[in-house]
Amino acid sequence: MSITPQREPVMPKLRAENIIKMLKKGERVDNRGLHDYRSISVSIGIIGKAEGSALVKLGGTQVIAGVKAELGSPYEDRPNEGVLQVHAEFVPLASPSFEPGPPNEEAIEVARIIDRSLREPRAIELSKLIVQPGRLAWVIYDDVYVIDHDGNILDAGMIASMIALAVTKLPKLDISSEGVKINRDVKETPLPLNTLVTTITMGVLGDILVVDPSLEEESVLDTFISISVDEKGRIVGLQKRGLKSITPKTLDSAVEIALKKGDQVLSFIRKVISSPQEYMKW
Amino acid sequence: MSESKPRLIREDGLRVDGRKPEDLRPIRMEIEVLKNANGSALVEYGGTKVIAAVYGPREATPKAVQLPDRAVLRVRYHMAPFSTSEHKSPAPTRREIELSKVIREALEAVVFTDQFPRASIDVFIEVLQADGGTRTAGLTAASLALADAGIPMRDLVAGVAVGKVDGVIVLDINELEDEFGEADMPLGYAAGVGEIVLLQLNGVLTPEEFKKAVELGRRGAERIYAQMKETLHKKYLAILES
Repeated sequence: MSITPQREPVMPKLRAENIIKMLKKGERVDNRGLHDYRSISVSIGIIGKAEGSALVKLGGTQVIAGVKAELGSPYEDRPNEGVLQVHAEFVPLASPSFEPGPPNEEAIEVARIIDRSLREPRAIELSKLIVQPGRLAWVIYDDVYVIDHDGNILDAGMIASMIALAVTKLPKLDISSEGVKINRDVKETPLPLNTLVTTITMGVLGDILVVDPSLEEESVLDTFISISVDEKGRIVGLQKRGLKSITPKTLDSAVEIALKKGDQVLSFIRKVISSPQEYMKW
Repeated sequence: MSESKPRLIREDGLRVDGRKPEDLRPIRMEIEVLKNANGSALVEYGGTKVIAAVYGPREATPKAVQLPDRAVLRVRYHMAPFSTSEHKSPAPTRREIELSKVIREALEAVVFTDQFPRASIDVFIEVLQADGGTRTAGLTAASLALADAGIPMRDLVAGVAVGKVDGVIVLDINELEDEFGEADMPLGYAAGVGEIVLLQLNGVLTPEEFKKAVELGRRGAERIYAQMKETLHKKYLAILES
């Protein structure tokens, strides 16, 4: 059952009113423009045991995406495709409002938005991940691990996932008469990618759109729209979240902003994965 | 289920079930279908059958979930084990947890929750038969059940799913069109105030197609909205006349 949550974090009314007042004037408490992202930094390959990994810092938000590859059965209705599974964990070390336990609805929603945004444009060509049609396939687990929450977990998680998947190297398969075995000593084959994808999340305040809301802004803005875009300039996913509505006119502006910002974020991701050695430090 | 994709737009330009791209399926609505609930509604979009019940406003329990300045909304979207071609486990899936959230958020945008501090308004949606568009039919049913329960709201909301099948943008997709189509875009629309309360896109659209899909969805939702109003009017006219 989904229940109206408490507003978190609790903030002095004066501060909340100030944030709103400034947004209405086109200003933000951290001096950003309405359509600016916070600074993004990336460290890749930080988890050697994972087939691919990336730590993304989006302002004060930190998210690790770890990719593991296992052998498993393909889905019954997709016998000629590998499997992709995205999960998100909001672990309690990341925020005073996160509790231990199974993923809550927020974490499930974030994971499912990332999953759909990767799946629908076939960002990963799953048909190339089949080992024995109908029987054996690569199962790719993308686990999104939030370690510090300062707002906009979704975009940080999406960027981390995309980069981790793009730098993933599948282990070698040893095929013998006894069967197929994973040899993790040799990781060589990159995942077959068709396109890069990112999401652009905006807070909605009437007809004002606030790109990449921080935690403080999230707690005063009730409504959000997240639009996923790919390298061909297509819309590959969308989700309206939060307590209030959005007008069709504001939705049109959100799409316009998402396509423009998406271009920028995607070129950043391209830059990172084309020179990975420059981002291999933490 | 097979992997081979059936043809979804026939040679004559009509859809698998003979509809034009901008046609809704036959829609049935009834309110006050349950005795115990404070409000209830049965909604059918073609083969999709959904029932919704509202309990409340009532004291929110446990106390820890109460909010001092407003009522909490509690929404459960759930599919009956017999609602799908293969048996569905009654335990809530990740999908049902997500859909409960997006439906709750759609209703938050219209219900005057600030009139009932510390209370809860509970909405239970049971999908009895799934044939595409269950979350949107569920939203329509929930909105009718809230109205039937006399909960004050800014507007009614109508749900409809727009899709892209064989390259054509179509209204109110059925299960086959959802499974084999290129996109599924559920929309919740408060037609009286002209605001979008639920919007998701599962699929790939160009910006032009997206614009067209939102337009088509709004026009479809307006027709469903009119039928919702008529359904509610009929009940109160009957009371007036008796």
